[in-house]
Amino acid sequence: MDVDIVCVGFGPATGGFLTTLSKNLLKEDGTPVVESQAMPGMPPQVICYERADDVGFGVSGVVTPARRIKASFPQLDPAQIPMAAPVKSEKVAYLLDPIGASRRSLALRSADAVLKLFKGKDHAIELPWIPPFLAKHDGLVLSMGQFMQWVGTQAMGSGTVQVWPSTPAASALVEDKKVVGVRLIDQGVEKNGAPTGAFTPGMDIRAALTVIGDGPVGALGQQLDREFGMPEGHHTYEWAVGMKMVVDLPADSKLEPGTVFHTFGFPEPEIFGFMYIHPGNIASLGIFVPSWFDCPVRTAYRYLQHWVMHPYLWQHLNGATLRSWGAKTLGESGRRGEPHLVGDGYARIGEGSGTTNVLTGSGVDEAWASGTQLADAVLELLKAGKPFTKENLAATYVARRRASREDKESRVAEKARDGFCCGFVTGLIGMGMTGLTGGLLNIWGTPKAPHKRLPSIERYYRGRISAEEIAKLRTECQAKGLSLHNELMDRAGWPAIPLDGKLLVSHQDALLMGGKVQAPAGYADHVVFTEPAVCEKCDVKTCITICSGQAIAPGEKGVPAFDREKCIHCGACLWNCTQERTDGSGRTVLEFRAGTGGLHSAEN
Amino acid sequence: MPYHIVVCGSIVPDPLQTLEPVTSPTGPALKNELMLPAVLDPWAGHALFEAANLAKQHAGSKVWFVSMGPKAKLQQVMMTIAQKVPFELVAIDGPSSGFTEASEVAAALADAIQAIPGLDKAHLLVFGGWESASRGAGATMQMVGERLGLVDQFQGVDKLTVRADGSLEILERIEGGKHQVSTCAGTPALLGWATGNLPEPPNNPQVGMLNMRTVMPALQKAKPVKLAGEGLAFASVSLPKQRRETRIVKDMAPDDIAREIVEWIKKD
Repeated sequence: MDVDIVCVGFGPATGGFLTTLSKNLLKEDGTPVVESQAMPGMPPQVICYERADDVGFGVSGVVTPARRIKASFPQLDPAQIPMAAPVKSEKVAYLLDPIGASRRSLALRSADAVLKLFKGKDHAIELPWIPPFLAKHDGLVLSMGQFMQWVGTQAMGSGTVQVWPSTPAASALVEDKKVVGVRLIDQGVEKNGAPTGAFTPGMDIRAALTVIGDGPVGALGQQLDREFGMPEGHHTYEWAVGMKMVVDLPADSKLEPGTVFHTFGFPEPEIFGFMYIHPGNIASLGIFVPSWFDCPVRTAYRYLQHWVMHPYLWQHLNGATLRSWGAKTLGESGRRGEPHLVGDGYARIGEGSGTTNVLTGSGVDEAWASGTQLADAVLELLKAGKPFTKENLAATYVARRRASREDKESRVAEKARDGFCCGFVTGLIGMGMTGLTGGLLNIWGTPKAPHKRLPSIERYYRGRISAEEIAKLRTECQAKGLSLHNELMDRAGWPAIPLDGKLLVSHQDALLMGGKVQAPAGYADHVVFTEPAVCEKCDVKTCITICSGQAIAPGEKGVPAFDREKCIHCGACLWNCTQERTDGSGRTVLEFRAGTGGLHSAEN
Repeated sequence: MPYHIVVCGSIVPDPLQTLEPVTSPTGPALKNELMLPAVLDPWAGHALFEAANLAKQHAGSKVWFVSMGPKAKLQQVMMTIAQKVPFELVAIDGPSSGFTEASEVAAALADAIQAIPGLDKAHLLVFGGWESASRGAGATMQMVGERLGLVDQFQGVDKLTVRADGSLEILERIEGGKHQVSTCAGTPALLGWATGNLPEPPNNPQVGMLNMRTVMPALQKAKPVKLAGEGLAFASVSLPKQRRETRIVKDMAPDDIAREIVEWIKKD
């Protein structure tokens, strides 16, 4: 099928792209500004294919400066968007460890000893002042799910663009180094991809321009990175998995919409937390587990529960009820993770194109900006009758991006997190230095790929759990088909979670009650272990412990087993695989492909 | 023989979401209904897929899909079903909460059907869901038929076969898991579908592109309908009781699973 522009992934970047484009494809008299090349006589045919089951499923709650979003909607009234609220107050708190189970360095323990003299009953120290680079004073608290539904409605209501959910693109069509469209995934296949009687091969959608906005772990983004390489010095070594809940706050909650909390220090020093208050007595809350948290059994769910129960949060959350739950991977390399932004026939936008500002922790508005910049460039080229070549896209899209405020800010932020390569305290100092000096001073560090920095389980727990006990636990968990992390956290001193069936629920109940996870039949598994022999020898299996949905579990002969019905497509397994392929490519053996289903909630 | 098939189908809040009845100034409603994603009523979905299948087998046939709901929600649902089968949308901008009077909904649907240009009533088949996931009164389609003057009506349909002479053989569900076999001389007729026999069709981008040529204009000119709800009173509204217990088991025999579920149900 031929169209003019095909987009992959409907996140904030594509939202910005389609919003800008849809407002400018028709003249005031309703005639097209240019004619479609694919369907002469019609306006340009613009199609977006989204993996998730519906527009707005599977994305996260945010606080954003929303400068670019507001520019796209000058009359924006947050009350039009469910769960949106202007930022009213912001708090940043350092959380002490009231349990004594988290792993803290000597420097941090010393600092904690002093800070404990000033702590209140809530075991936390609120910062008296929020550094300007972290503040979101004039921004918005949003549910990304609700926001994207609203954006989708606006864009599609124009009649000039189409967004098709539940339609993953498997790959980009590359001919002679030129991207000429996308191939959708096969339907009517077994788990292993073998055709069934209902087989429908993935259709080729050919387009003059392919817009890749499929996020940090998107299949097409990965493919183009392999196909065209990364610019000199660029890499995607830094990641995080963000896991969150949307909750109904207790009826007597005094928290006002637009209140923003950010925390650090607990449950482990490297894990950051957030809570944003929405209208209607609803809150989004969660944690970020970064790739530089060098724990080989870094499960997000158990840590999320311990974080929720920290006295600083629990005073607000005791009596709350889970509404929704989910997780996603965040590309944390920022500007260093920027791939080749354009090539013949394609352009890349959003998080997968390195838009996230790793100093301010802001990504949505930056992603949106990249979409609007590409839309302006596309309109310029369409009106000029110029083709979407690498040169033309560079002169229009890349030039706009380079001239933008966001790009200048990303330069400042580029080295902001390098200090975390040397430890948590060094990282914090580094961020502060970068932020307060506008990027003039930074702490030096050399980022490494996650699989090259993770210690063994035995080394990580040295002094806490003996190697013999770890070996015994490993055998027991393998026999029971369970992940190792719960056992290890128990042994490390983390108390059991007192499940209440409302907010503190089992991991599986979080999937069912919160994420409403779905996996339509007739599609192949999208998580594939390409070299089982390598997996058999892997002792760490971080893919199992990191899995946000318990979709990866110990399998036969030591090869992890993947259950698509539990997968929420967070993509954390991709960057947590510790085993390199034997082909020398440097890639790890776990492949994260395009797939359907996942989270089925639009409240995230 | 070509058929003119009109499928009536409502949208309902995605049943996987957290549904909580509340009392609004205008009567019962679902909490945060605007925030909830909507889906095509599964019963109507079966009717739509059966209609498309029938139209495919009889050259010259055409399928219209008549749907009432808030415009924004209708638009959203179209993006998930318009890649499935070809149809022309007739949109009615009205409520889809389920807290409506079936006769008023039927009147709005019948009016919209009668206003379809070029509809050949001699070749008309009106399809719909036998029941609805949001109402379950099972009365709407019957009243649509009455308003359209369709005397041949069948409810709980699982199978429709067009015989060589043009007559219709229809299997309707009856008690005891059996079917009643009826024969009808031909069109016009109304069929309220149960589940039918067809799987959900795969996504077909070409079908989607074709449908969108009519979907967006239909949404833009959707006729607003206000349902008066006169004489309608709800004594009480509640959700089915839910109790969740999660346990992961592997290699458990199906008989044992069934036995445990029965015991679990008996406990209540």
